Amino acid sequence: MEHGSFQDESQATFSLTDEDHTLANSLRYTLNQDPRVTFCGYSIPHPSDARVNIRVQTTGVPARDVLKDSCQDLMLVCQHVRSTVDQAVMEFKNKQWVESMNIK
Amino acid sequence: MKEQKTTKVPVWDLPDVPKGKLPPHLQLQRTRVLCTFDAPTHTESIQYSGAYAAMGVDNSLRLEEFRNNFRVEVIKLTEDDMEFDMIGIDAALANAFRRILIAELPTMAIEKVLVANNTSVIQDEVLAHRLGLIPLKVDPRLFNYMIENDEPNEKNTIVFKLHARCERGSPRIKVTTNELKWLPNGSELILSTEKPTQDSTSKTKTYTSFNCRQDTLPEFLDNPIVPKHDDILIAKLGPGQYVRNFATPLVNETSTNEASAISFTFPCMIESPHVSSNDTFSFGGFIKLAGAVGSGKNEGLNVMGTSGSVGMEIELEAHAVKGVGKTHAKWSPVATAWYRMLPEVVLLQDIEDGMAEELFKKCPVGVFDIEDIGKGSLIVFDQFIDRQLGRKRATVARPRSCTLCRECIRGDDWDKLLSLRRVKDHFIFTIESTGALPPEILFTEAVQILEEKCERVISELS
Ligand code: SF4
Repeated sequence: MEHGSFQDESQATFSLTDEDHTLANSLRYTLNQDPRVTFCGYSIPHPSDARVNIRVQTTGVPARDVLKDSCQDLMLVCQHVRSTVDQAVMEFKNKQWVESMNIK
Repeated sequence: MKEQKTTKVPVWDLPDVPKGKLPPHLQLQRTRVLCTFDAPTHTESIQYSGAYAAMGVDNSLRLEEFRNNFRVEVIKLTEDDMEFDMIGIDAALANAFRRILIAELPTMAIEKVLVANNTSVIQDEVLAHRLGLIPLKVDPRLFNYMIENDEPNEKNTIVFKLHARCERGSPRIKVTTNELKWLPNGSELILSTEKPTQDSTSKTKTYTSFNCRQDTLPEFLDNPIVPKHDDILIAKLGPGQYVRNFATPLVNETSTNEASAISFTFPCMIESPHVSSNDTFSFGGFIKLAGAVGSGKNEGLNVMGTSGSVGMEIELEAHAVKGVGKTHAKWSPVATAWYRMLPEVVLLQDIEDGMAEELFKKCPVGVFDIEDIGKGSLIVFDQFIDRQLGRKRATVARPRSCTLCRECIRGDDWDKLLSLRRVKDHFIFTIESTGALPPEILFTEAVQILEEKCERVISELS
């Protein structure tokens, strides 16, 4: 859900339900690293509500596009993390396997 | 007051910081947490892309750069534990992975316990709670969540049965998880609302409605569902006891009057004879009992042991469903998952001889070593070092084991001699799986969940 104005699309607050610090803090990180963002932050209005509000202000591009791009970035980062971990685990297992063969 | 004379230098005469590079002190603050004597400083991570714009340094995230810098090194990997180094990632993401591992990865855990009989000293609710916490060795990805009003079926429920009894006169027995028997055909208890039908062809309705046996599904054909460990203690059962042995010394002195209603506390089992065997009431531990009880006689009450019945017994059925750690910790797939930043111990100047010995003794985990420089153990440097015999110097040998207890920088300006730091983007990540899935799978699953969250936001915004 987006709370913004039609006159100025460059700033908006996005209210995400069923999310918490896990996603909001990661998104704040990727948003902050985007040069088009002038300000961003998030808050959890009440701890017993499963909801976070993410505020995004940009240099002019619509805030929703920037947030979407940030999600995209985060997904790409995650994919890279996943493949790197898989590879590292495989290498480790291979190494272990070779060692267990005990070749002199 | 005399004004202090400092030579004024116009700002444009200051030496230039090369463009695109941060001056060393800022670089240090950006990449390290400094653990000073009183508190850690520079703990924040500088996230804003324009934070160093004035110095011509771009702080934004470049995916290409991330891809080149990100590294993972596995340190230890066993069936249940994993330790690995994750280098080149921000704490925001490392923490997201950790939080998902603990709270948002699903597993199967016992959620409903149908107690047919429990005459043990453990109360039903405590027993149910203990059962819930037993880790089950089953891949949760093969099951669905049970959503409201869902019928328990073979795709969302696993049923276990537990029946244990201590025979009268036998020693006390231990009930462990190996007595939890998987019922691949679902519940065996008849739904209490069902009227017993004479028609033998129609299936009697039980607490689950399985369409097929779970052990005929390919996933479980030669992979039966069992608790992860078969030696977890669930309860202890004793052979029944005579109530007289317990009750007599505990009876309230003032109420020994035969006719009056008395109240006393005693540890034993009470079974009401008026209820059917399927919903026997039982109380365990110290119970408060009020009623007209004649001394020595137990009118209206059938006290176990005195009636010649058997010892304690537990008969129950446990239904496991899929859930996440956010709802209850029993669904958390990890015993714990945590990370710490790589410690870095830097000697700001050479620490020699007596000081070196002192430093060596100060550290409780043995981070430092003493190196003999007199005997030329440092071949490369020895022409520059004073070759006096017996000179010693401290070295940092095992920085990874530093706990940052800060003992080494306590007192006497030691904090000027060495500096304790943490590398902000180097995480030593540890995952301890409870056994449903191996730890490396858990981690990739956690990353995938974060991806799914992003996907959800994207689709909501479009
Ligand atoms: S902080 Fe503690 S563990 Fe680390 S080097 Fe100093 S004394 Fe050793």
